[in-house]
Amino acid sequence: MTTTEKHEFPMARTCPFAPPPAYEQIREEEPVSRVRLPDGGWAWAVSRHEDVRTVLNDRRFSADRQHPDFPQLVKGEAASRRPDEERLLIAMDAPEHGPARKAVLGEFTVRRLEALRPRIQEIVDGQIDELLAGPRPGDLVDSLSLPVPSLVICEMLGVPYADHEFFQEHTVAVIKQSTPPEERWAAVRAIQDYMTDLIAEKEKNPPDDLLGRQIVKLRADGTYRRTALAGMGFLLLVAGHETTANMISLSTVAFLRNPEQLAMIKADPGRTLNAVEEMLRYFTIIDVATARLCVEDIEVGGQRIRAGEGVLALGYSANRDPRAFENPDGLDIERGARHHVAFGFGPHQCLGQNLARMELQIVFDTLFGRIPTLELAMDIDELPFKDDANIYGLYQLPVTW
Amino acid sequence: MRIIADTGRCVGAGQCVLIEPELFDQSEDDATIIVLNETPEGELVEKARQAVHVCPSQALSLED
Repeated sequence: MTTTEKHEFPMARTCPFAPPPAYEQIREEEPVSRVRLPDGGWAWAVSRHEDVRTVLNDRRFSADRQHPDFPQLVKGEAASRRPDEERLLIAMDAPEHGPARKAVLGEFTVRRLEALRPRIQEIVDGQIDELLAGPRPGDLVDSLSLPVPSLVICEMLGVPYADHEFFQEHTVAVIKQSTPPEERWAAVRAIQDYMTDLIAEKEKNPPDDLLGRQIVKLRADGTYRRTALAGMGFLLLVAGHETTANMISLSTVAFLRNPEQLAMIKADPGRTLNAVEEMLRYFTIIDVATARLCVEDIEVGGQRIRAGEGVLALGYSANRDPRAFENPDGLDIERGARHHVAFGFGPHQCLGQNLARMELQIVFDTLFGRIPTLELAMDIDELPFKDDANIYGLYQLPVTW
Repeated sequence: MRIIADTGRCVGAGQCVLIEPELFDQSEDDATIIVLNETPEGELVEKARQAVHVCPSQALSLED
C-alpha cells in the first residue's frame, strides 16, 4: 500500500498568498487521495469544495481527536494526547456535542455581538492611537493585530488582560508544529490550569461576564463542571485571539498589495464585510484543523472511505476550487465568497465567526481610514510568515506611514 | 415560496441572520434559528436562496 501515497503531508507552500501547489494537482487529478503523514501513517486528503463540505457535515466522520486512530498531523502528536483528559468541544461528536455547543452559543448571536460593536471600535481606536504615537516603522502585530482580539476576548470572558503575555506565549507553543509533544502538552496544561483557577475564583460570586454567566446557567441546568468550563474557556481564549490576529496582519498585506481592492472599501465601507469574506477565503489560515476519522463506510467524491480511516478536509484547497469560485487565485472582494469554508462547515463550524467578522470589519475600516498613507516597511519576500505553525499568519509586520 | 428550517440540525452559526435580518433571527438562549418571515417575496427571495446556500448545517431549504 505504501506505493499509493504520491504526496507527503503537510505539503510545502511556494508563495505566501497561495496554498501548496500540490493542492491544485490533487484536486484536479485525484481529488480524494492518500497522503503520507509525518508519523508514517496515512490519511485521505479531500480537496474539492463539495467533498470537503460533505466530510465536515456528515455524522459518519468523527471529530474525536483523542481516538487513537485519529489522523496525526504532527510527528509524535499521540504522545501529547491524554485519553483521560477533559474532552474539548472541538473533539466531541453527536449527541454530546450539540448541547455543549448550544450552552455557550447564546453568547455569540449576531444581536449580542452587535451590542459589543462600540466597545470594539474603542479598542481598535486605542490601539491605532498607540501605533501612531510610537516609532516609525512600527510592528502592526504588536500594536494592533494581537492586542485587539486579545482585549476583546479577555473582556468577553472576564480574563484579566494583564495576563495576556502569559497565555500568548503558551499559545505560540501550542500551535507551532516544531514544539515537542511534551512541551505542547505542558503549554495546554498551563493555560487550562490558569483557566481553572480563574473559574474557581468566579464561582464564589459569579460576575456578569461570559464565564460567570456560564457558571450561573450551567448550575441552573444541573450540568456545571469546573473542568468542562475551563476547557471551554481555554478554547475560546486561544481560538479567540490567535486566529483573528493573523487575519488582521495577512489582510493588511493583501490590501496593500492590491490597492484597487483597498480603494473600493475606502470609497464604500458597505463593501467591507464582503472584503472580510474574501480575505477569509483567500487565506484560509486554519487549513488542517478539520481532520476527521471515518466511523462508518461512505463514498466521497467517488472514493470509498472505510471506518477507521483518517481524512483531511483541505479547507484551503476547497476555497481555491474553481468549481466553487471563479478565478479562485485572484483576490476579488466583490465575488460573493460567503460559501467559503474558512470557518469550517457543519456542526463544528467556528462559533466565534461573527465576532471575527466584526473585528476584521472594524479594523479594516478604521486602520485604512485613519492611516491612509499606511505602507509596508519591509519587502514582502522578507516578511516572517508562519510557515511552521498550524495557524498561518505573520510573526511581525513592520509598517510605516 | 416557503422557507423550511430544521431547528434540530441548526448549529447556530448565524450566517442566515447576517445575510438577511428581516427573514432570520436567533434564539437568545442557544442561538438556533428563528424564521421571522416564512414566505419571502421580491428581493428577499434571493436572500433566502443565499442563506440556504451558505448554511453550514444545511438546516435550511426552500419549498415552492
